[in-house]
Amino acid sequence: MIADIAKGAGVLFVAAIVQVTLLSQIDVFHGAPDLVLVTLVSVALLRGTIFGAAAGFGAGLVVDTATLQTLGVTSLLLTIAGYWIGRYGETTGRDRTHAPFVSVAVVTVLYSFGALVLHYMLGDTASASRVLLNALPFELIFNLILTVPVYALCRRLFRPPPSGLEEVQLLG
Amino acid sequence: MAGVLVLLSIGLITIYFRESSGGGLHQVQSAGATVLRPFEVAADRVSRPFRDAYGYFAGLIHAKSQNAQLRRDLDKWRQQATLNAFAASQNTELLKKLHFVNSRSFPRSYTYVGADIISQPPTAFEQQVVIAAGSASGIQKFDPVVTDEGLVGTVATVAHNTSLVALLVDDTTSVSAIDVKTRAPGIIKGGSTFDHVGKDLRVNKGDWLVTAGWKSNGLSSIYPPGIPIGQVTAEGQNEVDLYKHVQLQPFVNFKTLSSVLVLIPKKR
Repeated sequence: MIADIAKGAGVLFVAAIVQVTLLSQIDVFHGAPDLVLVTLVSVALLRGTIFGAAAGFGAGLVVDTATLQTLGVTSLLLTIAGYWIGRYGETTGRDRTHAPFVSVAVVTVLYSFGALVLHYMLGDTASASRVLLNALPFELIFNLILTVPVYALCRRLFRPPPSGLEEVQLLG
Repeated sequence: MAGVLVLLSIGLITIYFRESSGGGLHQVQSAGATVLRPFEVAADRVSRPFRDAYGYFAGLIHAKSQNAQLRRDLDKWRQQATLNAFAASQNTELLKKLHFVNSRSFPRSYTYVGADIISQPPTAFEQQVVIAAGSASGIQKFDPVVTDEGLVGTVATVAHNTSLVALLVDDTTSVSAIDVKTRAPGIIKGGSTFDHVGKDLRVNKGDWLVTAGWKSNGLSSIYPPGIPIGQVTAEGQNEVDLYKHVQLQPFVNFKTLSSVLVLIPKKR
């Protein structure tokens, strides 16, 4: 468990730094890949609700600190995203091939809506058309492309926990 | 567990939002940003050669057509420079004769701090960047930020070794500006529109807009006068609206921005 926490913290820290320094500079119609979100979805899918929520909270704090944004905004959104995807992984999603792609696609869309609502509540003058019409489609495509290598890496790092039901071969 | 973290996040947002910029959470964030700065600088340095290489090859695509256009511009600006030099010398002479006292002017009354851009918020909500210099370099909130191309924006938040710069194209940024040719005043919002320009004033397509740098009743603009901002791309008006509709194109290319200068007044 401690090894998992260390690995999760390391992976998400690197993802957050790469996100704020490099990937945020990619701008295709205001859309950019969100490595932190994709990494969080992959980790939460493999490790469940509590791990996902805690990882989302920590990753959000790093992003908000590095970018000097309102502390807690990204944490709130990523905590909910991590918990929700963790729940999906624990119940039905974990072993399905399409699960990471469906999760990333749904979370990317909901994250954009959630962020828009939260920014409106905080009084930011965000342009809904820019966020939802211009940026979202490209962000969705970028995130789905990123899902393949990121989920493969996370699967190597976080081996699925034993289910308790092991296959046995009867002899004789 | 998840519920506690959600409540904790909401608590953080509430406290951060309500406290002053010198409050406890801001101080913690500033300390955290100082800790993260070496990682951001390292990531930036590792990626810089690759970005430069991409920029080089991307630039080659338009190099030929740009070269022809720039040669035409050079001839035009060379003539303009000669006229400007003559006008400047005449201006100095006239100011001396009138014993005219100038207000704080750019760039003579300012020193500057050069800084690399080390990170950007990962959402489309903010047009803001984080630079690798903060209060330790003498930077304060609302200091103007420029490049050799023109106005970039203003310092929005200052930490010890980093600062958050709200770009000219951020929705929250407003700059009082004037048309260089016609002296029509107005306010540039979000880096794309030149608002509050009266219908009786003249603004023409192609005109340059610079910071106005006003001073009134002890209050003054945070920007010194004369910093180039952009060029008017479209102008129009209708019978309903009180003001003209003026669109502009900023001189600074915000997509390729990698370093900036923060202007610091010599006398605060």
